[in-house]
Amino acid sequence: MAAESPVRCSLTVESEPSALRRPCRQILSALEANGFGQDDLFAVHLALEEAFLNAVKHGNKMDPAKRVRIDYAVDREKVEICLTDEGEGFDPGSIPDPRVGDNLYRPEGRGLLLIGSYMHTVEYNRQGNSVRMVRYKDRPIPDRSHVPAT
Amino acid sequence: MAAIQPRISVEYKDEATVVAFTDEKILEEMDVRALREAVESVVEQAPGIHLVLDFRHVRFLSSAVLGLLIRISKRVYEQEGELRLCNIHPGIHEVFKITRLTNVFEIHEDVESATRSFPEH
Repeated sequence: MAAESPVRCSLTVESEPSALRRPCRQILSALEANGFGQDDLFAVHLALEEAFLNAVKHGNKMDPAKRVRIDYAVDREKVEICLTDEGEGFDPGSIPDPRVGDNLYRPEGRGLLLIGSYMHTVEYNRQGNSVRMVRYKDRPIPDRSHVPAT
Repeated sequence: MAAIQPRISVEYKDEATVVAFTDEKILEEMDVRALREAVESVVEQAPGIHLVLDFRHVRFLSSAVLGLLIRISKRVYEQEGELRLCNIHPGIHEVFKITRLTNVFEIHEDVESATRSFPEH
């Protein structure tokens, strides 16, 4: 097991879903090394997968010429991850609530809800092509399963 | 060329078809597409199927898998079959709760209670 230590790293990867494998392993290893538990690992893994897939599919539109930048920092208290794609960006407020009406039966559109449910902080830049996510160790996130649509 | 690994196992219990996902993590689009094809081939061969999807091996999945389940469900009910899910790990059950898919899918504790829940043919 790696020694407990703060980690800070920046890297860029290709616009394909499998490109997350190595950075994901690195981030989860850093979490384990800093004493994060299994619930934290599950939460960060899920948010990371969802955010990366959004960046690759909806941001860069799978364009092999475009890249995704991943910045992350892990210490004893928290993990902070920033993903930036080279797309035009989007307005997160324009995404319909997947829990409401017929949306419940649509196959897509649950990624943002899951990111927001598993991370303490989720912020987008003005352009909407960069998301910053923070999760604090062992800090429960309020049950958001009954939060009304925004 | 890499060998193709089976992604599901299929068993028949009473009148039900039990399909278990064999991967611990289901993440990437390729995984999800392979699963969709595998499960749909089972559904297409059996109109009126009583299908149980068994998640006993699964410890992690992405929202793409939730979409896959919606698609499978639609196909099963179009064919006048019925669908149950079972053996869902607590961490994954939380994902179903957050997305309110607990209102869409009938989820059972284990294969036995899932198979017992089907109406008589």
